[in-house]
Amino acid sequence: MIASVVVFYILAAFILVTGLLAVTSGKIFRSAIWLLFCLTGVAGLYFWLGMEFIAAVQVVVYVGGIVVLIIFSIFLTQQTGKELPAPVRSRTLFSALAVCLGFVLTCLLLHDHTFPDTRVQGAADMGIATIGAQLLSTSEHGYVLPFEVISILLLAAMIGCIVIAIKTKPEDK
Amino acid sequence: MNQVPLTHILIVSAALFFIGTYGLFTRRNMITMLMSVELILNSVNINFVAFNRYLYPEALEGVFFSLFIIAIAAAEAAVAIAIIINLYRNFHSIDVEDADELKF
Repeated sequence: MIASVVVFYILAAFILVTGLLAVTSGKIFRSAIWLLFCLTGVAGLYFWLGMEFIAAVQVVVYVGGIVVLIIFSIFLTQQTGKELPAPVRSRTLFSALAVCLGFVLTCLLLHDHTFPDTRVQGAADMGIATIGAQLLSTSEHGYVLPFEVISILLLAAMIGCIVIAIKTKPEDK
Repeated sequence: MNQVPLTHILIVSAALFFIGTYGLFTRRNMITMLMSVELILNSVNINFVAFNRYLYPEALEGVFFSLFIIAIAAAEAAVAIAIIINLYRNFHSIDVEDADELKF
């Protein structure tokens, strides 16, 4: 066994166990912390795949942004020490059944499909400079239009959040 | 990296996707449902990055798709949390079963 193979299986087990704890934990704050671990594990998987930039973005946006936002909203809306009400037994049973069936079906499909074997060693330069140049290039393979569209989307989302969450005065109602 | 077949990475991402789906089915608290959605989006990102790395190592398309998905997930989480806070202000609960009126 080579070290990188072992690292992959450890990362995979870590991601799946923490993900499962995040969706089954009875306390909402613990659930958020397990989600944090799971997202960090996914960032580790990107590092393992050799995509350092995506891993960095994952850490900055998910771990540093979204999880902190979720924890803030938990503090604003919940008593954090309280247990969440347990889901209805039949609902748990049937969702577990549906999820297991879906997973088995996906695994069977993956097992039957053979992917073309193109394992070129280190063919692409995955550096940040290459990614940035192609992201902002206006040539055929450039992504400048989606980049601009998504900046508009982020602006719209920001303004929308402020408008939705703003506190209206009682007499305006 | 090449000793692990692509299928194993895809199985991990499929398992993460179905864990997220399970959470979405069983949870009734809006914040935990939002967490499940984040898990599902992450599993899709793993797929994009793995396909890019294994099948098209000379291209960068998977990286861009993952970046755009991460950006949209951030916008979606922000809007969802704004809606949750507004809902909490009106219903004093963020359980989806309690939010049963369209207009108040």
